[in-house]
Amino acid sequence: MATSPRATQQKFEPWTDPDAKPYVRIEKVTKKFGDFIAVDDVSLSIYKKEIFCLLGASGCGKTTLLRMLAGFERPTSGKIFIDGVDMTSIPPYERPVNMMFQSYAIFPHMTVEQNVAFGLKQERLKKDEIESRVNDMLNLVRMGQFAKRKPHQLSGGQRQRVALARSLVKKPKLLLLDEPLAALDKKLREHTQFELINIQETLGVTFVVVTHDQEEAMTLSTRIGLMNHGEIVQVGTPSEIYEYPSSRFVSEFIGSVNMFEGRLVEDEPSYVRIGCDDLEAPIYVDHGVSSAPGATVWAAIRPEKITISREKPDATDNWAAAIVQDIAYMGDMSIYLLRLDSGKVVRVTQPNIYRHADDRITWEEHVYLQWYPESPVVVTK
Amino acid sequence: MKSLLKRLGLEGRTVVTAIPYLWLLLFFLIPFVIVLKISFSTSQIAMPPYEPLLHWTGDKVMQIKLNLGNFAFLVEDDLYWRAYLNSIKVAAVSTILCLLIGYPMAYAMARSNPSTRNILLLLVALPFFTSFLLRVYAWIGILKNNGFINNALISLGLIDQPIQMLQTDFAVYIGIVYSYLPFMIMPLYANLEKMDLTLLEAAADLGSRPWQGFLKITLPLSKPGIIAGCLLVFIPAVGEFVIPSLLGDPGMLMIGKVLWTEFFNNRDWPVASAVAIALLLFLVIPIMFLDRAQNAEPEEGGRK
Repeated sequence: MATSPRATQQKFEPWTDPDAKPYVRIEKVTKKFGDFIAVDDVSLSIYKKEIFCLLGASGCGKTTLLRMLAGFERPTSGKIFIDGVDMTSIPPYERPVNMMFQSYAIFPHMTVEQNVAFGLKQERLKKDEIESRVNDMLNLVRMGQFAKRKPHQLSGGQRQRVALARSLVKKPKLLLLDEPLAALDKKLREHTQFELINIQETLGVTFVVVTHDQEEAMTLSTRIGLMNHGEIVQVGTPSEIYEYPSSRFVSEFIGSVNMFEGRLVEDEPSYVRIGCDDLEAPIYVDHGVSSAPGATVWAAIRPEKITISREKPDATDNWAAAIVQDIAYMGDMSIYLLRLDSGKVVRVTQPNIYRHADDRITWEEHVYLQWYPESPVVVTK
Repeated sequence: MKSLLKRLGLEGRTVVTAIPYLWLLLFFLIPFVIVLKISFSTSQIAMPPYEPLLHWTGDKVMQIKLNLGNFAFLVEDDLYWRAYLNSIKVAAVSTILCLLIGYPMAYAMARSNPSTRNILLLLVALPFFTSFLLRVYAWIGILKNNGFINNALISLGLIDQPIQMLQTDFAVYIGIVYSYLPFMIMPLYANLEKMDLTLLEAAADLGSRPWQGFLKITLPLSKPGIIAGCLLVFIPAVGEFVIPSLLGDPGMLMIGKVLWTEFFNNRDWPVASAVAIALLLFLVIPIMFLDRAQNAEPEEGGRK
């Protein structure tokens, strides 16, 4: 998982501040198309200068929610506030919100310059003000020398920049981005992610991004709202979502995970032991779980949080014996698929720290797996 | 067959592309040359009713006799000028009326849901299932003094005397607009239907009210459809003969009618041919204009 460039910055966590006022408030919004419920009773608070990502598989309702923020769809019930003003029934052309479309929706009959100036002309601004703002914005997205070009003369990445400039030039309170990087190739996408963050910081605009790409969500966002079947499943920072998933769905959606189903055998406030049919030893977790003893729970362990060794560990908990079934060498790391005695296959990733390791673990070898008590996440649903 | 073509140095591809050229040669270029030839000959009472251009004097001399008088006659007699100008006026007004009526129809069709769209498309094409002549005759029944409209208005007590509609310019406009409307709607519909509607959402998002979005996005992007539709209506309407002769004032000057009169009543083939050639030149100009406009534009139909 790519590290967020925000990690190096000053702490920006308005959602932890009880006095902070949310900039965008979505209150109990439901949207039905006939019998189909696209968005189901969603409530969200988004703070100023956030990059909030709505993440989910296609058809989960994230785009419908975005379109309601833009004003293209009206909620069946519920309300949307932006900067304290009720926007629920305000048409898109009167909202202080702009959108960057997935297809970019650049006007094909206008030059780059005319496209970017379009929104300002609608505001009936003075000619020289329009000109200077268009120039500034085109320079910001490094499209200044292409001002006179027509859209069909631009590459995909350049069109994306034009779309971004056009949606930012009106200085919206909120910028909505629908799969902003989906149409770009991998190299360009990575580069553009960081550029988007830089531009957002320069202008201080609040972003709401819709994406199905978890890596994109992880890199871009201050917080992620994970959606499934029209509902928000979990809201949190990228690391919260990854390290503290609230359900099996979340842990399996983000990254890969080994899921062990079991029962609570010991349930103390400071620790729990989980008996699992796939493992000889119980799973010991160093935090309490609010669930009845004997209840079915799931322990989710990320592949990078398991170590492999040849010696049998001297421990009563948190280990398992396995046979190496498959190895995938990825360069920076290797993925091991290890078969437990029960037949369950566990995925483990190890960084390749040494350039040549002669006694590297190999196929069909008998090995032992081990993990720390703080590594598993216990989820009850 | 194949080996024969090979021996002649012809490939399959050449043969295929040759077919439309052959068609144009046989049914356009050769008739055009014949008409052009007749337009330079002199009328005579004979069979055929014109003198040959080439004359074999019997003295090993071939005489070519070009009679430019027919064209000079077109210029001298202001009847032809007035007929041309009136035809262009009638065609232009009809084209504009077709555009004004056809654009909203095409727009509504393109924006209706896909299942009704096909029905609407069929309805637009439906009149073609009846003969064109029959449909124009039907208008006589509707427009004449004791026709449908006048009878209805009189029985409603709105008028005492029938309104003279048949044999007026009004009836000609109705006939032309009615007959050529589908030719306006079809290209417009084809253009509007493939338009990307997110462009309108983008315009709304940037502050355009729906009517502003229409003027700034939909209208300029539908320009190729407008041009195609206008040409499909304008060009046949200029030379229209049947509608003005059935519905219009007998004294109404239209070039199609003049051509008919020269050909069948006066039996002056050379002058009729000259009228046809001049009409063709009048029509070639707008086609060239279209061609240049389309070539100057990129594939996405932008402006400037």
